[in-house]
Amino acid sequence: MTKAMTPPVSASAPPEKQKFRLARYQDLALVPVIILLLIIGAILSPIFLTPNNLIAVLTQQSELSLLVLGQAMILIVGKMDLSLESTVGLAPALAVALIIPSSAGGLDVGLAAWLALPLCILIGVAIGGLNGFLILKVGLSGFMVTLGMLTMLRGLQLAITEGKSLIDVPESFLYLGSTTWLGLPAAVWICIVCYAAGIFVLKYLRAGRSLYAIGGNSEAARAAGIRVDRVVWIVLIIGSVLAVIAGILMTGRLGSVAATQGEGMIFQVFAAAVIGGISLQGGKGTLFGALSGVLMLGLVEQILRLQGVSGFYIKASYGAVIILALIVTRFATGQKQE
Amino acid sequence: MSDFAAVARGVTKRFGRTLALDDVGIEIRAGESHALVGRNGAGKSTLVSILTGMQTPDAGEVSFFGEPAPPVADSSAWRRHVACVYQKSTVVPELSVAENLFINRQDLGGGLISWKRLRREASSLLETYDVAVDPDSLVSTLTVEQRQLVEIARALSIGSRFVILDEPTAQLDGPAIERLFDRMRSLQDKGVTFLFISHHLQEVYEVCQTVTVYRDARHIVTAPVAEMSKPDLIEAMTGEAGGLNVPSGDDRPSSDDLVLSVSSLSGDHFSDISLAATRGEVIGLAGSASSGKHEFAETVYGLRKPVSGSISVDGASVRGGDVPAALKAGIGCVPRDRHHQGLVLDLSIAENATMSTAGAFVWPSAQRSAGSTAIASYDVKAAGPDQPVSDLSGGNQQKVVMARALAGDPSVLVLINPTAGVDVKSKESLLGVVDAQARRGKAAIVVSDELDDLRVCDRVLVLFHGQVVREFARGWRDQELIAAIEGMSSE
Repeated sequence: MTKAMTPPVSASAPPEKQKFRLARYQDLALVPVIILLLIIGAILSPIFLTPNNLIAVLTQQSELSLLVLGQAMILIVGKMDLSLESTVGLAPALAVALIIPSSAGGLDVGLAAWLALPLCILIGVAIGGLNGFLILKVGLSGFMVTLGMLTMLRGLQLAITEGKSLIDVPESFLYLGSTTWLGLPAAVWICIVCYAAGIFVLKYLRAGRSLYAIGGNSEAARAAGIRVDRVVWIVLIIGSVLAVIAGILMTGRLGSVAATQGEGMIFQVFAAAVIGGISLQGGKGTLFGALSGVLMLGLVEQILRLQGVSGFYIKASYGAVIILALIVTRFATGQKQE
Repeated sequence: MSDFAAVARGVTKRFGRTLALDDVGIEIRAGESHALVGRNGAGKSTLVSILTGMQTPDAGEVSFFGEPAPPVADSSAWRRHVACVYQKSTVVPELSVAENLFINRQDLGGGLISWKRLRREASSLLETYDVAVDPDSLVSTLTVEQRQLVEIARALSIGSRFVILDEPTAQLDGPAIERLFDRMRSLQDKGVTFLFISHHLQEVYEVCQTVTVYRDARHIVTAPVAEMSKPDLIEAMTGEAGGLNVPSGDDRPSSDDLVLSVSSLSGDHFSDISLAATRGEVIGLAGSASSGKHEFAETVYGLRKPVSGSISVDGASVRGGDVPAALKAGIGCVPRDRHHQGLVLDLSIAENATMSTAGAFVWPSAQRSAGSTAIASYDVKAAGPDQPVSDLSGGNQQKVVMARALAGDPSVLVLINPTAGVDVKSKESLLGVVDAQARRGKAAIVVSDELDDLRVCDRVLVLFHGQVVREFARGWRDQELIAAIEGMSSE
């Protein structure tokens, strides 16, 4: 056989008209649902579509959205990190405690106040790095390691603060939590920038595409020359740092670090990610999808709140809504959520 | 009562477009050890699954001791007729030997489980078959040999007098194989019938009385072992080459320019292998599954860390155990198993084909056009570059793996089982690519069990227990090569 097989042959295939394929628009599957929620909200409440209300929704969701961003990348690469929610509390608490005097509930170390932000980030890197070390180098189960970390970090925060809220919060935190830039809260801008960067990296950078390859088939990724462990480790660290940023924003917005800061958020994080089309098995989903999951949950929550659902019922109805949203998403995307 | 423990007649089985068994039969005389041999894809395992009731044949009939086989749904009836010890274990590792022996009948008919009685029954059963294993120990702590004996004892305790051994010796060492054979002989004296499947022909001569050969889904011959010489047996297994239009490449230009040089490389399951490939040279590596040929090739590509030795491409040394370094040095690889290591099934053709070579920035349009190029160059039958590879047939998936391996225009190609599980047409086109690459002055290493893959090579090295034992120049005879692979002298 001497058929010319000499590659590369330039592609001479005509640019065939792409048929409309639903799969290509799966990213946008939640957009109609979000529009529907906006319409429902507008019908039920006259103030729903006012800028102030919508900005309030965005602000409330900003911290959750950063956690979802981190978790979505970790899920795409085929791991999961439950400890993100205690990182939200511990990192600001520890950083603040290292700065303020013991009279205000600190550790009496007395570091300079400007160190607050870098310290927080450093703590995030350390937590993500430790998770990565235990999972990748020691070879422990990621689920169990981060579950242990979840409990340990929360306990550490309680031990440091003796269960009290820290109210002597550095200026830098308060600034980020309260200021507005060009009419939008800083927190919302930070989320926009983080998501834009994430969406760009996961679509247009080789490093970002490697997340999908690793999550889809880590052996194949390794055989293709991707440094699997290094990428996973970096993604775990980025996830923790995003959780720390969420913690800083929350601290700044509330003006204190509560002992329970972030508690219970991990459930919403997973719910938003799965509703947004991220597969728990790895390798599937987009950050835009995850973001629309966050927005959808935020709108539902706000509608319930404006309807004056009793505080006793809001938790139950929120849980029910998440299950309902999962069902809606299941049929909107036509895919099983594994 | 019939003279035959098991008889299959006129059995045909299709999987999709593949014909796995084409009107074959087998007659296994009660009390004998019957060997079934054939190359990969000959249909042995399909016959086993039909004889054990795991699959229904499309046509044909099966009977045991003269009675027609029970319906497929009645698995306990099948288990009374026939038992099979597979290569893969069918015992539960974290349960005790006693519980495994009586699995799903732990109550011994009593309704409640009496652990004391279960243990007593288990030890007497083990004693009957002379298996020296403590019934209380966990199966996961047993050796492969002990585990097999437990499986055989379990099969016999259910009442089956016909046992299929599917490559039982693959994971055993020499003395353990001898002990297994002794046991087979003594059970045979007690009236147990065996169907014995092995790739090692020597064993067939040692323990079996009759041999049946399958080739390409057809029954070739059944004869007493004593009347079948080794060359006859090998010829029956391989048949005449023909059928496949593979470039032999004997007119390829040769060169003295060294591209790949591997010197005294040692690693997992192989030691001290040296090899030098010149521009345009294709070297084949053959050997049994345990010969270390896969491990050697994977070490060259950096998927495994070498223990010692060095690899260099175009004179520059390559860091061992580092795939990105190997890619950078100009080594491309089609890994052993495309589902396991070759492809990310949910991603598109374009993304898979460019996975090794993408720059820091990935522009979807550039990626798509690279995907279209791959589709055109390697003759991939696909709707377009955006199609996920999970939609493609095996042969076309393998072409995408080939495209990925060649995407960086490597000067050395390492191909491991490049045509495994692909149809004839894809096989021709994949081997055509290898030939074309060699003509462009690239060197290639082809690791394969398929003689057709090795025909494209300029020389073939045969590995046995991690060492190169023979080298064949172009023009080898099938019998010689197979005999060397199976570890026999050809005469």
